[in-house]
Amino acid sequence: MYDKGKVLIGLAIFLVLALSVVGYNMTTGDHKKPEPEKPKGYTACVKDTDYMRSSHMVLLNEWRDEVIREGKRGKITTAQGIVVEKSLQNGCMHCHTSKEKFCDTCHVYASVQPYCWDCHLAPVEPTDGKEAQ
Amino acid sequence: MDNRRRKFLKLAGLTAAAGVAVPMLGSRAQAVSGHGAAPAAHGNDGHEAAPTGVRQGLVIDSGKFHDNPGLAEKCQKVCHDYHNVPKFPNSKDEIKWIWTDKFPNVFPDHSHYKKDARLSAMNILALCNHCDNPPCVRACPTGATFKNSDGVVMMDFHRCIGCRFCMAACPYGARSFNWRSPRGSENGKPFIKNYNQEFPSRMRGVVEKCSLCSWRTKQGKDPLCVEEANKGVEGAMVFGDLNDPHSEISQILRQRFTIQRKPSLGTKPSIFYII
Ligand code: SF4
Ligand code: SF4
Repeated sequence: MYDKGKVLIGLAIFLVLALSVVGYNMTTGDHKKPEPEKPKGYTACVKDTDYMRSSHMVLLNEWRDEVIREGKRGKITTAQGIVVEKSLQNGCMHCHTSKEKFCDTCHVYASVQPYCWDCHLAPVEPTDGKEAQ
Repeated sequence: MDNRRRKFLKLAGLTAAAGVAVPMLGSRAQAVSGHGAAPAAHGNDGHEAAPTGVRQGLVIDSGKFHDNPGLAEKCQKVCHDYHNVPKFPNSKDEIKWIWTDKFPNVFPDHSHYKKDARLSAMNILALCNHCDNPPCVRACPTGATFKNSDGVVMMDFHRCIGCRFCMAACPYGARSFNWRSPRGSENGKPFIKNYNQEFPSRMRGVVEKCSLCSWRTKQGKDPLCVEEANKGVEGAMVFGDLNDPHSEISQILRQRFTIQRKPSLGTKPSIFYII
């Protein structure tokens, strides 16, 4: 390898810089786990919590295809006996009544910007006539 | 050497033959599909007219609308209000799922220059025809527009990339494009005045049109416009399965003279008009 020394020094500098960000967050207490507010009085969602946490977007896409393309508009009953429509606006958001306190907590934390809300209406607020994008 | 040349020539010949044969097969499948053949190689992408199965449609009694001015506007209002259809100030940007127009514009094939006064004065209710042989579905490159199992031409707004091929393909002007964001406003006036929280809006760059209220008809209800029209005058609009010989709509179609929009184009509209 040519210029071994220089390369290794460069690598070391890079690693220090890259890891310093993680280190900073770990040492200063700025890093806080997002805590989405769960709806009160409900004990079960349409699927278990782990699945919902990791794959709710997959489920939403499946619902969309079933409802729009296959015409399967049947409702889902949770373990608690609550009947849920396969719909973001008319299903999920009927229990999770606040986008800000539920959806946004993780999405902001993870810096993901799902485009759901470009068209779907969040409960209560978004009718302020803001230009979407 | 010779051997290789032979092989090459054979291969070239075969390739040329395949090049001619494959498009021919394709065009045959398309020609057949127009006449309601069973789903062939295309699968379920809506190119075929369903020979059996459900085919939802409407009969619109234009005479009843003519005798009841304002009824058509009411139908438009319930539809547009429910579906969060924006109202843009510039008529060039207009979004319409259901609208009215003069007879010669709706029925250019049936119009001539000696129309009686009633026909000339008529405002005809128009909407997507949910064609049995829909050109819009064929044009859509993403599958955002497709025909569902009820024979309704549906849109999956999530998939629409706004290419507007479907608008060019539709001979009825049944599709509208969101040139501006429907959530926006101008001079303090929002384009959607009162949002219906039960239905999404659209975003800029998406095409929209009537879905024959598929979200309602699945629950056994009539489309919103039909319900509203019949509140005003019983039988102004009838919704039902055109493929079911016993449905009310099929009975009406057997008894009354009806016309379709531009039947000569072969799109096979599912909306029929009593004039
Ligand atoms: S009226 Fe136009 S948009 Fe509706 S199905 Fe026919 S071609 Fe498609
Ligand atoms: S504008 Fe949307 S619906 Fe129309 S053809 Fe293009 S992708 Fe399909």
